[in-house]
Amino acid sequence: MAEAVDISRETYTEKYGFHDTEQHVFKIRKGLDHSIVDEISRMKGEPEWMRDTRHKALDIFLAKPMPTWGGDVGAINFQDIYYYVKPTDEEAKTWEDVPADMKRTFDRLGIPEAEQKFLSGVGAQYDSEVVYHKIKEDLEKKGVLFLSADHGLKEHEHLFKEYFGKLIPSADNKFAALNTAVWSGGSFIYVPKGVKVDVPLQAYFRINTKDMGQFERTLIIVDEGAYVHYVEGCTAPTYSSDSLHSAVVEIYVKEGGRCRYTTIQNWSNNVYNLVTKRAAAYKNATMEWVDGNLGSKLTMKYPSVYLMEEGAKAEVLSIAFAGKGQHLDAGAKAVHLAPNTTSSVVSKSISQHGGRAGYRGLIKVAKGAVGCKSTVRCDALILDEESRSDTYPYMEIEEDDVSVGHEATVSKIGEEQLFYLMSRGLSEPEASAMIVSGFIEPIVKELPMEYAVEMNRLIQLQMEGSVG
Amino acid sequence: MSQPDLIVKDLQVSVDGKPILKGLSLEVRKGEVHAIMGPNGSGKSTLANALMGHPKYTVDSGQMLLAGEDIGELEADERSRKGLFLAFQYPTAIPGVSVANFLRTSLNARRKEQGEGPIPVKEFRTLMRSHMATLKMDDSFAGRYLNEGFSGGEKKRAEILQMSVLKPQIAVLDETDSGLDIDALRVVSDGVNALRGPDLGIVLITHYQRLLNYIKPDFVHVLVAGRLVRSGGPELALELEEKGYDWLIEPEAANTQA
Repeated sequence: MAEAVDISRETYTEKYGFHDTEQHVFKIRKGLDHSIVDEISRMKGEPEWMRDTRHKALDIFLAKPMPTWGGDVGAINFQDIYYYVKPTDEEAKTWEDVPADMKRTFDRLGIPEAEQKFLSGVGAQYDSEVVYHKIKEDLEKKGVLFLSADHGLKEHEHLFKEYFGKLIPSADNKFAALNTAVWSGGSFIYVPKGVKVDVPLQAYFRINTKDMGQFERTLIIVDEGAYVHYVEGCTAPTYSSDSLHSAVVEIYVKEGGRCRYTTIQNWSNNVYNLVTKRAAAYKNATMEWVDGNLGSKLTMKYPSVYLMEEGAKAEVLSIAFAGKGQHLDAGAKAVHLAPNTTSSVVSKSISQHGGRAGYRGLIKVAKGAVGCKSTVRCDALILDEESRSDTYPYMEIEEDDVSVGHEATVSKIGEEQLFYLMSRGLSEPEASAMIVSGFIEPIVKELPMEYAVEMNRLIQLQMEGSVG
Repeated sequence: MSQPDLIVKDLQVSVDGKPILKGLSLEVRKGEVHAIMGPNGSGKSTLANALMGHPKYTVDSGQMLLAGEDIGELEADERSRKGLFLAFQYPTAIPGVSVANFLRTSLNARRKEQGEGPIPVKEFRTLMRSHMATLKMDDSFAGRYLNEGFSGGEKKRAEILQMSVLKPQIAVLDETDSGLDIDALRVVSDGVNALRGPDLGIVLITHYQRLLNYIKPDFVHVLVAGRLVRSGGPELALELEEKGYDWLIEPEAANTQA
């Protein structure tokens, strides 16, 4: 652990920022070019169309300029990254078959325990590949697919190909192109018509290797009248050099279906987290993003919903909590393409110790999408003078018969609130943590109890930086 | 007689550089109720806030001792955990934090100080409910966000609820009667009276004698222009009710000008 440097969250290193001795079965050379892409594809034994897709995506990536908005991505050296680190020969179906070190890591992170207590299925990714994957038998019998994306491609190529890259094509943005070129791991989910998966499925993403990039790809298809709640968590060792995480998530929610996608992002403070997440909601379907961002050096992530057909609903609940050295540019996008569609965005951002947290959002109503309703509420809480909060609410409304509301507040923790809580015996950090917990309560109460507890625990952890 | 549990010695306090308390001394023993009465601007709330350690109130000189210990340099939370309580005149809203969650966290902070573990959830619920019943509060109150959208009466009841659960040694009640109608005043007073006893000393700060009909003080002090100008028994309150504060202010004002 000698090279581990704690950037600000003092207990992060101890709880999440540890790492195992490297024990991968294969590690590609550093850098990015067509031969690297070729090798990844070859190792995976992929069909030709996927290899072609990757190569084309790499060309797009190389051609596209770096984004100049959002956060500072200028320091990323794309040639100084390992794009593929394969941890094991194959995915395990029991934890006993996961190599001891990796199993111990997931034990420390509480994954097998959570699986037993309150999950329908778990996928655990370690560096570039999923090392453990399992779904409860009864769901499997109902035809629910929950696989790693690699296995999805192998075992259900037709379905996979039909949806892959359709919602987020490589040309969408530079990092979507990068992901498409070098993607590995992630989840593939299909929920058949009318099947309700009442208990969440969870994927956990863990980076272990120094100087690596993780590029998981997730594809979720919720068929008519079906329901699924997918939860993802992630952590990484605290290293003195930066890591890159750039995922692409595409979700399709068919007529009358509902999908909830919950993220508790807790990367170490040396991870660039540049993620593209998009869902298409069809007739009377509901898509809900619950997006919690506590970690990373820089996050740029704006979960989107394209409301494709009448009656579709989008809900985005976003939390960003930035501490020292962190810039979390979170947000949401709702694109109303059909009449009588609704969207609701609630964003809560918190910044302390010089951190910067913000909301960047777009509400778009296309011509003809009459009777749409959209509400956006962004609240920012700034805990000290050095910290910063930004709100960029964009709107493109091309139709008159719509109802669009936007409300934003910025507040600082008041001396009176602190004094009041302290007069009841809470220390200053405890009092601040309580105010912050209360601030995000409207979102946390939407989470299943176990995740609400986890979220509050992570908030406490984030606040512990205030002690002394 | 034992040493007083709260000793305030020649306390001088200023706010934004302006002197408000100009040498106030007070001794309170557990089991006693001291009423501090005074006109607006006499320094009543300053006394309450300075005792609790509000950072905006600067203690220029003098001493505050709680159970013999000088608390002048302690933060508000440390004073609280040592057994001091302030019922606020204007309690602050804490959005998103339920009354129950807040009460349990506060109680656990105190228990930790005393080397005890956190209170079991069930035990806490029973405790909270019994105190809420005394204060005629509906069970649903526990789930509401602290002071958010509370009526004046609900805020004051919530303050007394906190006091009941935290069991302080010395409680300072800052204008607990303000903004209450007669029914609410009775409920709040009953709540305070239920806590009266040999383990609790109370400093009751009020502008009006009215409250003292419900909470009978053992001692009454009159605060004028930052000093206690008269001390006596309950009869002093009645005298104030009859004569107002003017007869006490005039000689004081004359003193200041001299």
